Amino acid sequence: MISIETHNLTVSYNKRPVLWNIDFELPTGSIVGIIGPNGSGKTTLLKAIMGLVPTSSGYVKIFDKDLADVRQRISYVPQRESVDWDFPASVMDIVLMGRYKKANLMKRISKADLEIAAEALEKVNMLEFSNRQISQLSGGQQQRVFIARSLAQGADLYIMDEPFVGVDAATEEAILNLLSDMKKEGKTVVVVHHDLQTAKDYFDWIVLLNTRMVAAGPKDEIFKEELLQEAYGGKLNVLSKVGDLMKEKAFNVREK
Amino acid sequence: MEAFWIILVGSLIAVSCAILGSYLILRKMAMVGDAISHAVLPGIVIAYLLSGSRETLPMLLGAAFLGVLTTILIELFYKKARLQIDASIGITFTWLFAIGIILISLFAGQVDLDQDCVLYGEIAYVPLDLWVTESGYNMGPRTVWIASGLLLLIVLFIWKGYKGLFITTFNEEFAKALGIGVAFWHYALMGAVSLTTVVSFESVGAILVVALLIVPPATAYLITTNLKKMLVLASIFGILSAFGGYYLAAAINGSIAGAMATVAGILFGIVWVAILMQKRRPSKTAINYLD
Repeated sequence: MISIETHNLTVSYNKRPVLWNIDFELPTGSIVGIIGPNGSGKTTLLKAIMGLVPTSSGYVKIFDKDLADVRQRISYVPQRESVDWDFPASVMDIVLMGRYKKANLMKRISKADLEIAAEALEKVNMLEFSNRQISQLSGGQQQRVFIARSLAQGADLYIMDEPFVGVDAATEEAILNLLSDMKKEGKTVVVVHHDLQTAKDYFDWIVLLNTRMVAAGPKDEIFKEELLQEAYGGKLNVLSKVGDLMKEKAFNVREK
Repeated sequence: MEAFWIILVGSLIAVSCAILGSYLILRKMAMVGDAISHAVLPGIVIAYLLSGSRETLPMLLGAAFLGVLTTILIELFYKKARLQIDASIGITFTWLFAIGIILISLFAGQVDLDQDCVLYGEIAYVPLDLWVTESGYNMGPRTVWIASGLLLLIVLFIWKGYKGLFITTFNEEFAKALGIGVAFWHYALMGAVSLTTVVSFESVGAILVVALLIVPPATAYLITTNLKKMLVLASIFGILSAFGGYYLAAAINGSIAGAMATVAGILFGIVWVAILMQKRRPSKTAINYLD
């Protein structure tokens, strides 16, 4: 089964392409990492999948359908920094947004919605914070609120933009546990991630991006020196990480 | 009785402005509210000229149209001409406002509109413009009815649209991803701001209506962390400004609209200083961070 398929997807800003000819098929029931250096179009790719930026060419199919037909089955977790956390709202107010739909927008929040939202907060260990003001949360707690909001949607496909940026160790572990639980339930999670070193531990499938698509596939096929260098090439600080990976590889070979 | 009518109209308008202004502030669009309040002027003048009377409906339609046009123009300059957002606002509203001023001066003889009244408002005349039915029954000042109708409309809009406005204000992209019509809520809010501005024109004028849109919600924003409470508090600060403004103006025999905006500013100052004083003591937030 295929969760997301992109075909010849190209996105441009002011006539300059930021994503070029992206072509991949992602399997369902896996945790997919979208990896690439800064400015490689990772966030833009997620936004293109969610129909939030206009595409210049190509198409995206989700569960073999157009986005509009399967919207209810997809949940989007935007970057934490994309909203104003000083907004006058409580943790519960935010998580309840996961229950908003076009059809119930004019209706009041139901008891069932409240229960589902509380359950979602429980899953990220934030239930005791439900009346807390969002301006009083730490970065990791903010991220968990965003993930709880997404869980409240009860989707089959989760699309997360940099959920591991600026979070504490407890949050990182909570998110990783959630991801593996979701995988067990047969859900698909697509995560934008910038840290090459942790990527290999977090994901089973990788899309390597640098404006154009360098490679996509199971992680063992992707974590190869020439592919990583192709994606990250010319970036000194990242090259050292590539060097580390090469060492790791050399070591593995000897071990065998 | 005159004092009662003036304060009532001032309060009705202040509450309408406070509610909409709260959303403008949270959307970081306070200056767009400023722009709309000025840019609706040509719409009103053209509506006067076309309908040949001071009927309320054409006036409202003209203003609502110009208000939405203003937001479209601002976005157009920002996105297509790639100008900074504040520069786009500056160009749009001064230009439209200037056209309004020219129209008023050109057709001054034909239009029952006065530049001073448009700019500064004249709430003191509210009790003079009575609504008398055909059978001769006195219904009270016309503006009271119009301002009440407007407030009712806005309360209904916020009540039914609470979730829609909440989600599109907090996280527009998430709302879009849910398939919610973000543009609809944006233009509905802008249309409501335009309507409010027109109704406020006669009483507080184009310049001071901005004070009522921004200052009471900003004051409420300082002391609350709950959107519903913010709407209520902003309304209370608006009403206090209307009351205080009337009596300040009576005491110094000055402009009522000017005094209302002044009182709104003084309230903001008092609340801000009170918060600064409180912060010297160990604050609640500091304790919350510990657990």
